Amino acid sequence: MIQHKSSNSSSKGWLTRLRSGLSKSSRLLIDGIGELFTKHRLDKVTLKELEELLITADLGVETAVKLTGNLACKKFKNDLTSAEIRIALAEDIVEILDPVAQPLRPFGHKPFVVLAVGVNGSGKTTTLGKLACQWTSEGMSVMLAACDTFRAAAVEQLKIWGERAQVPVIDKPYGSDAAALAFDALLKAKATASDVLMIDTAGRLQNKTQLMEELAKLVRVIKKQDDTAPHATVLVLDGTVGQNAHVQTQVFREMVNVTGLIITKLDGSSRGGVVVSLAQSVGLPMHAVGVGEGEDDLHSFDARVFAHSLMGISE
Amino acid sequence: MVNVFNGKLLLGDDMFGRLSERIGSVFNRLKQRRKLNESDVLSVISEVRVALLDADVSLPVVNLLLERVRKRAIGREVISAVSSGQMMIKIIYDELVAVLGSDKQSINLDYAAPVSIMMVGLQGSGKTTTAAKLAKRFVNQDHKKVIMASLDTTRPAAREQLRTLGEQIGVDTLPIIHEETSIATAKRAINTAKLQGYEVLILDTAGRTSINDLLMTEAKLVKDLVNPHEVLLVADALTGQDAVNTAANFNERVGVTGVILTRVDGDSRGGAFLSMRNVTGKPIKGIGVGEKVNDLEDFHPERIASRILGMGDIVSLVEKASQTIEAKEAENISDRMLKGAFTLEDMAYQFRQLRNLGGLGSVIGFLPGMSKLQKQLTSANIDDKQLKRQEAIISSMTRTERINPQIINVSRKRRIAQGSGTDVGDINRLLKTYTEMAKIMKKFGKLGSKGVINALIDDNNPLLNKDAMLHMPSAIDSDYSRLHNNRK
Ligand SMILES: Nc1nc2c(ncn2[C@@H]2O[C@H](COP(=O)(O)OP(=O)(O)OP(=O)(O)O)[C@@H](O)[C@H]2O)c(=O)[nH]1
Ligand SMILES: [Mg+2]
Repeated sequence: MIQHKSSNSSSKGWLTRLRSGLSKSSRLLIDGIGELFTKHRLDKVTLKELEELLITADLGVETAVKLTGNLACKKFKNDLTSAEIRIALAEDIVEILDPVAQPLRPFGHKPFVVLAVGVNGSGKTTTLGKLACQWTSEGMSVMLAACDTFRAAAVEQLKIWGERAQVPVIDKPYGSDAAALAFDALLKAKATASDVLMIDTAGRLQNKTQLMEELAKLVRVIKKQDDTAPHATVLVLDGTVGQNAHVQTQVFREMVNVTGLIITKLDGSSRGGVVVSLAQSVGLPMHAVGVGEGEDDLHSFDARVFAHSLMGISE
Repeated sequence: MVNVFNGKLLLGDDMFGRLSERIGSVFNRLKQRRKLNESDVLSVISEVRVALLDADVSLPVVNLLLERVRKRAIGREVISAVSSGQMMIKIIYDELVAVLGSDKQSINLDYAAPVSIMMVGLQGSGKTTTAAKLAKRFVNQDHKKVIMASLDTTRPAAREQLRTLGEQIGVDTLPIIHEETSIATAKRAINTAKLQGYEVLILDTAGRTSINDLLMTEAKLVKDLVNPHEVLLVADALTGQDAVNTAANFNERVGVTGVILTRVDGDSRGGAFLSMRNVTGKPIKGIGVGEKVNDLEDFHPERIASRILGMGDIVSLVEKASQTIEAKEAENISDRMLKGAFTLEDMAYQFRQLRNLGGLGSVIGFLPGMSKLQKQLTSANIDDKQLKRQEAIISSMTRTERINPQIINVSRKRRIAQGSGTDVGDINRLLKTYTEMAKIMKKFGKLGSKGVINALIDDNNPLLNKDAMLHMPSAIDSDYSRLHNNRK
C-alpha cells in the first residue's frame, strides 16, 4: 500500500511542520518586508507597500488596510527593523485570530454528526479521513457516510480512508440520492451506537443554486431523525483560495448553517492569509488546518502559531 | 457617464458592488478634459489597483498592467462625446485583454502518434476531470484514438476515478497495476500507446504543491521520460495570490506549454487568469466550466477581462464607449471632409476603418449599388495589404506633412519611403490618390451628405472614380448603417 502517514518524518512536531510549510511560503513576504524597512522609514509609501505585501498573502485589501492602519497609529522609532515590524503585525493578527481558534470536539451528542461541505477539490474527503483516523485513535467509534455519489470514485476514495481508520463506510451506488443515504447512515450510526458520524458530500460551487438546494435538503432530511443534527457543519476551504473564500463562506453559511472552517493545503506555497480576513469578517470558528496528505496532517488551529508562521517569526 | 455606474453595474454581491461604486465615483469625479492628465490617470489607477487585487490578480501582475495603462493613458486625447472615465475604462480593458493574450490557441495534435499530453497542477485543481474532458473532445471532434493513464499513486482512488471517467466517455484507460510507481506507469503508458496504435496519450499526474522538491523533481522526470507535446498546467480559477508562485514554480521546474483554468463556472473574479498567463507567458488553452465531461470551452480574453474588472456590463459599456469614440472620430472627419478640409491623417483613418470593418471586400459588398465598384476594385487589384502599405507610408510622415502634404518634396519623399519600406513611386501614387480624394471631397461637400449617398447609389454617376471611391465607405458610415438597417 502507499505510504500514507505524514509525508514528513513524524519525529518533527506538527508545529514545526506547519511552520516549515508556512515559512517557505512566507519567505517572500518576509523578504519583502525586510527590503522595505532597510529602504524606507515607516512613512506613507512604506505603509502602502506593506499593505500590498499583506495583500499578496491573500489577507485581502480590507484587512491589509486595517492592519497597516493600526501600525500607522503606533509610535515607532525611526530605525525600525524588519523583525520589529513583523512582530507588531503578528501580534495584531493573533488578536484577530485568537477568538476564532476553536478545535472541533465531537462531544455532547451521540452520534455526533459532522457534515463536511465545500467547493470541488477543497479537501473534504481527505479532511474527514484524517479526522476519522485521529478520533478512532482517541478511542471513539466513528462511521463515515459517502454522500458524494456524483464524482467518479469519490466513494472508493472515502472507503480507502475508512480502511486506514478502520471504520465502516456507508455507501450506495453511483448517482444515488445523497440525502437518503445520509438518512440511512444516521440510522446505522444510531443502531451501532457510534460516537461520531461524518458525512462527506460532493463538492459544489456556491453559485450553483440547485446543488446548494440539494445540500439544504440533505440537512432537512437528517433533521427528521435528529433535529439537533448536524452538530457540526464544517466548510472545508482550499488554502490557495483567494477572495472568493468570502463568498463561499457567506453562501454556504446561509444555505446550511456552517458552524466552523477547516483550511487545507497550507503545506503548499499559499500563505493562507485569507484565514485572517475571514476571521475578521465572519468570525466563524477556525477548527483546523491541513498541512499534507497523510493521516496526521491535520492540526488544531492555533492563532499564535499561525500568525507567527505567516510573518516568519521563529519561536 | 454618470448613469452608467448608477445601479446597473453593481453586482448582487456587496464587495463587488462597493468596488464598482468606488471606481465609478472616481471616474465621475474626473473633470472633462481634452486630454487625460497625470493626476486623473493616477487617481483612477489607484482605485483600479484595489479592484484588481480584490479580483485576486497577483500584485506583481497588477503593477505591470497598471504601468502599461499609465503609459498609454497620460496625455491621451479625450473625444468630446465620451467622458474621461470611459476613456480610462477602455484603456484598462484593452490592456487587460492584451495581457490575457488575444491569440486563441488550441491543442495541436498534428504530430507523429502517439501525441502525449501531460496534466500537472496542485492538489484538487481539476487535472483528472480535465483529462477526461480533453479526451472526449479529441475523440469527438478530432476523431482520434485516445488512451488515458493516471500516474497518481498518491491520492486514494485517483486511478479509479480516471478509469470511471474513461468508462463514462468510452475512452480507454491504462489498466491499473497497484504496486507500480508513477515512473513505471509512465513507461508502460507510452509503450502501450505505441504498440496498440493510440494517437493521443493523456497522462494524469498526482497533485503536488509547487514547493515539494521531491514531487516537482518527479514531475520533471516523467516529463523527460515521456517528452510530451503538451504539458498543461491545470489551475483553479478560485486561486488567490498564490497563482504566481504556482505558475512560476511549475513553469520553471517542470516546464509547461499551456494553462487550463478550471471552475470558471464559479463566481470568482478570476484574477488567476491574468497571473497565470503573465507569469508563464504560455497561452490559456481552455477553461473548465462545469463538472460534466462536456464542460470544456475555449478561452475568450474579452470575457475574462470584463469579469476581472468586476463590472457586469463592462463589455457592453466598453463597446458602447469605443463605438462612441469611433463614431465621433468618423463624424469629425466627415465634417471636415464635407468642408473640403481633408488631410492625409483623415485618409489614414479611413484606411484603418476599412480594415477594421473586415477588409475592403466585405464592406464594399455590403453597400447598396456597389457591385460595379467591387468589380472595379478587384480588377484594380486593391487589397487589404495595399491598405496597410498606404497606412505605413502615412505613418512615416511627420504630422506637419500629413496636414500640409504640399510640403512633401523629393528629399522628404525619400525619407518617407525609407521609413515605410517602400519606394518614392509608392509615395507619389499615394499623394496622387490623396489629391483626387480631396478634390472629390470638395465636390461632395457641395452636394451635402444626402448627395453623397445618392451619388454612390447611382452607378452612372461620373463621380464614381475607383481611386476615390475606395476611400468612401466610412465617410458615409452613419447614412450607410441607416440604409442597411432599413433593409432588414
Ligand atoms: N498538500 C495537501 N493536499 C491536500 C490537503 N488536503 C487535501 N489534499 C489533497 O487535495 C486533493 C483534493 O482533496 P479531496 O479530499 O479529494 O477534496 P474533496 O473536497 O473531497 O474533492 P471533491 O470530492 O472532488 O470535491 C487531494 O489530492 C488531496 O490529497 C492538505 O492539507 N495538503
Ligand atoms: Mg471528495
